[in-house]
Amino acid sequence: MTTPPTRTDPAGAAAARPGRTPNTGQRGSGRRTSAVERAPWLLLAPFLALFILTFILPILAALLSSFTKVTRSGLFGEAGITSKFAGFSNYAQALADGNFVASMGRMLLFGVVQVPVMIIMATILALLLESASARWPAFFRAAYFLPYGVPGVIATILWSFMYVPGLSPLIDIAGWFGLSPDFLGPSTVLWSIANIVTWSYTGYNMLIIIAQLKAIPAEVYEAAKMDGASPVKVALAIQLPLIKPALVLTTIFSIIGTLQLFAEPQVLKTVSPAIDSQYTPNLSAYTTAFAYNDYNVAAAQAVLIALVAFALSFAFLAFTNRKSS
Amino acid sequence: MTAQLTGSSPKPAVKPTAKSKAPGRKKGTSILVTGILVVAALYFLAPVYWVVVASTKSTADLFATNGFAFAETFNLWHNLSQVLSYDGGIFVRWFLNSVLYAGVGALLATYIAAAGGYALAKYKFRGANLVFGIILGGVLVPGTATALPLFLLFSQMGLANTYWSVLLPSLVSPFGLFLCRIYAQATVDPALLEAARLDGAGEIRIFHTVGLRVLTPALVTVFLFQLVGVWNNYFLPLVMLSDTKLYPITLGLNNWLSQVNRLPEFYQLTTGGVLLSIIPLAIAMVVLQRFWRGGLTEGSVK
Repeated sequence: MTTPPTRTDPAGAAAARPGRTPNTGQRGSGRRTSAVERAPWLLLAPFLALFILTFILPILAALLSSFTKVTRSGLFGEAGITSKFAGFSNYAQALADGNFVASMGRMLLFGVVQVPVMIIMATILALLLESASARWPAFFRAAYFLPYGVPGVIATILWSFMYVPGLSPLIDIAGWFGLSPDFLGPSTVLWSIANIVTWSYTGYNMLIIIAQLKAIPAEVYEAAKMDGASPVKVALAIQLPLIKPALVLTTIFSIIGTLQLFAEPQVLKTVSPAIDSQYTPNLSAYTTAFAYNDYNVAAAQAVLIALVAFALSFAFLAFTNRKSS
Repeated sequence: MTAQLTGSSPKPAVKPTAKSKAPGRKKGTSILVTGILVVAALYFLAPVYWVVVASTKSTADLFATNGFAFAETFNLWHNLSQVLSYDGGIFVRWFLNSVLYAGVGALLATYIAAAGGYALAKYKFRGANLVFGIILGGVLVPGTATALPLFLLFSQMGLANTYWSVLLPSLVSPFGLFLCRIYAQATVDPALLEAARLDGAGEIRIFHTVGLRVLTPALVTVFLFQLVGVWNNYFLPLVMLSDTKLYPITLGLNNWLSQVNRLPEFYQLTTGGVLLSIIPLAIAMVVLQRFWRGGLTEGSVK
């Protein structure tokens, strides 16, 4: 377990040396100063080493490989592999793949519906739980937050049992009313996934909003009370504007999360033939890499997913900033 | 739906005790609000209730009876012993793997992020802003974007399909470093550090004795975040691991689920496994959720 820190210490010490050298002669307390200068790098060393290994290098490798074309000569590639600069051809290939582009569009549709539904639900639950009318707030808070601790895979397994005809109590109950819902059909399965995601993350987002609600100073409420504002008025005119940072934060996290959607559709695929191997962008990249063994195009897809996530997050930030100013 | 707040006590008090003073007129509102909260609770708890019921049934009853009602035969202990003994107790192994990845990973990740965040907050040195900027960028990079290239990198290093391939990425928490830096800036008193220096304590020692102690509330939050993050992670182990003995619980249960179409008895194994894997997390969530608030919004976009 101690391998990473010890392995990385030399790197940190080496990094600190250039900073130390110019100072040692200048001051009388040279030894003390050098220790203070070396310390931040020593403390940062384990993090930086791991960060470089698991973030910087893979991102650079992905960028590099997205601009590379690998050609195997010979029937099975036995005559050697050559790789050369490919420009944007991998990106062109990724974007020419109708299924990949369609999966992006599908996620946008998903996000436009699911993210607002979830954030509004989380906000309402947070406001209700923080209102004086709520009973047993601690119990409800825990109940809503519990699904966050259930891994996406297990949440999907759970809900898939709720969706599969024969097992599902929901379909049984709907049957009493003469209904026969199909949760796994081509037109409904996207919303069945949306339900799983909403179930998993509403409580988590609610807690972030509650944390911000609790930070509102009591004087603000006192002032509103003096003015005779109704609780609804307080919620709309005071609480909502003041929890805006939390709402922006949770929305951005949700947008990034939506584009990364993978576990839910991948697991639900076992019970729903309507989900293909390119249903979401990430599923598409995974399939390209491991089913088609085309790592270069997969890398281009991964970069495109990250870029779209960035673009949407910044667009949303710009939108909220413009609105408030 | 906020309209339902009408008529509740005028101050949305932080203290729940305020409602004891609420006059009778507010009773209707209280019932309405509580009613909405109960409906929401039913939604969040129904699938969990279902799996509790399902794990007490035999495979035949699972399909023959309504999912929300208990069957006549109580099969829970038989099902659970099947889960624990199937394939030489592989389930227990998956569970322990998850504990290793999430528990050890989160513990070390918290320590590493605390050291880094403390260094960036409490020392002025050249490159500090650059380092922080790059790490902040890491918060925004989707985790799945790095998983594929990381797999290729680890394959070349011979690390793919080992414990290290899942554990090493779990040790890095840019968000944790971010929170620790903010918290250290706000709470660690420079005079305290100066006093420790005058006492002749080394810089690293000061971090361990003074810094870590003051940072404790933030550390709890970072640890919980990372614990849940790693425990829930699916994409990374899926990409990295091919040996089922190294699987965390998420991958293992999905492996069982994928066999239900051929062998229906896997329904019982999967539901029993899901129940066993939810119990510790459910307890952890309920017990630890009050620690969850600290620091969550400090990192918010302002």
